Amino acid sequence: MGEQQGSSPNGVHYKPVTLDVEFSGGLETLFSNQRSHRIQIPAKDPSEQPANLGFLVHYLCENLMKDKRKELFVLEDRIRPGILVLINDVDWELEGEEGYLIQDDDTILFVSTLHGG
Amino acid sequence: MPPALPIPASKLCESCRSARALISRPKTHQKLCKPCFLSTFESEIHATIVSTNLFKQGSRVAIGASGGKDSTVLASVLKTLNERYDYGVEFVLLSIDEGIKGYRDDSLETVKRNAVQYGMELVIVSYEELYGWSMDSVVQSIGKKGNCTYCGVFRRQALDRGAERLGIHHVVTGHNADDIAETVLMNLLRGDLPRLHRCTSIITSSTSSPIARSKPLKYAYEKEIVLYALHKKLDYFSTECIYSPEAFRGSARTLIKALERVRPSAILDIVRSGEAFSRMIPSQAQAPGAEPPQESGAEADSGDGDAGCKNGGAGRSSGGEMRDMERALVAEASGLETPIAPTPCINPGKPKQTKQTPKKIREQKMSNCTRCGYLTSQKLCKACTLLEGLNKNRPKTVVEVEVGIGDEEVSSSLQRGMEAVKLAEEVITG
Repeated sequence: MGEQQGSSPNGVHYKPVTLDVEFSGGLETLFSNQRSHRIQIPAKDPSEQPANLGFLVHYLCENLMKDKRKELFVLEDRIRPGILVLINDVDWELEGEEGYLIQDDDTILFVSTLHGG
Repeated sequence: MPPALPIPASKLCESCRSARALISRPKTHQKLCKPCFLSTFESEIHATIVSTNLFKQGSRVAIGASGGKDSTVLASVLKTLNERYDYGVEFVLLSIDEGIKGYRDDSLETVKRNAVQYGMELVIVSYEELYGWSMDSVVQSIGKKGNCTYCGVFRRQALDRGAERLGIHHVVTGHNADDIAETVLMNLLRGDLPRLHRCTSIITSSTSSPIARSKPLKYAYEKEIVLYALHKKLDYFSTECIYSPEAFRGSARTLIKALERVRPSAILDIVRSGEAFSRMIPSQAQAPGAEPPQESGAEADSGDGDAGCKNGGAGRSSGGEMRDMERALVAEASGLETPIAPTPCINPGKPKQTKQTPKKIREQKMSNCTRCGYLTSQKLCKACTLLEGLNKNRPKTVVEVEVGIGDEEVSSSLQRGMEAVKLAEEVITG
């Protein structure tokens, strides 16, 4: 299996993490109107720490978001208040929020509550 | 197939202690599994309904249904509770078609599906039919400034008329705790005492409208409503009205959300504070124990309406309005009450006696609009007043409004202009 990403300065390669990311509640419009994405992210973030949810959010903004309106998704570098995050169906508050370490085949769902009812 | 490992105690549902917790409740941080969450959510709404005697056996009640998350959850929960606890109510879905291509026509499809899913009759009332103007044509005529005012006023009447047509005198809407908290904050920021007084009432009936409106989801957190819909796989529509500026800029709403993150119980606390304000505010119109009727001057205010836009149009404000508001408050200062001395706590049972001359509330004589017959204290009702203006400016050639869904770029000065109008208007009230 080809490993293109995540090589550290000393040349060690880390296998990228593969996961499903889903968007709902209107967020999908920021991501090419596609609700479900299967993506790969580097196993380590730029500071050599294992990829956590905080890193995933940045990664999504940089690489997956096709819309310019970042502020609809993040505010001051964190997920915008009012957007729910579910990690494999579990509330992210129960999994450590941004500190949760992403694992292979995780499903992360971002649901916006910020719209009329 | 039995689980390989027992679930660690810290991940267990705090209610049944047997299943994995999936949900963390905002108001208490309580961890619940899916079935416990669903049943807790439902029982709380039931408790709200029962404690306020919201429904009567054998009555027909209309559910203001937009296809959005709140009204869909409302319809689903009411159906469930009606059957489980035998309220004996016939629920009907009442939907308003404002005539917004690319937005409302899509959400109406959702409501049609809801009607089938919940086995409820659906009635759709359209602005075009009622007023001869769709929102597309209103925007075409007056632009995107103040169009939300028109929509709010039109909607209120449309809901009333739709209900009346069905012989129904009680409409329920999906306003949730976040909405109410936001309204309380906004009214507080505006110093709008009459509205502050009304906005937390769970049911309002008024002299200017023959239809009672209530909010069964008043104590339900928006987050839980979304989670309920998610876990029950309910079908709802979630796009911003294309004519409203992006919801996310609303400062009161943003504040509420930021507060929720830091202190989740804040939302309900604000609602409770709002209820306390309501008891503190002197009002000649307040009947003991009964639902407060709308104050006079309501007709004179622009855009008054419980039906007001629950979309992004709510709770907008920007720097300029604070300045205008201050001016308005200073102008009102003569004859204003002396400030109420702060007390550590207010007992719910004792309305505070305040030493001030009660604000003179203008006597309102209710009669019928000379143009359409709607109940009003003026010669023309609000909607007809607005329509007069619109009809005078109606262009000779009717231009088809081509509204692209992607057309959401609103210049910031337009937005500010709209926000200024919105602050002056009533978009959400209780």
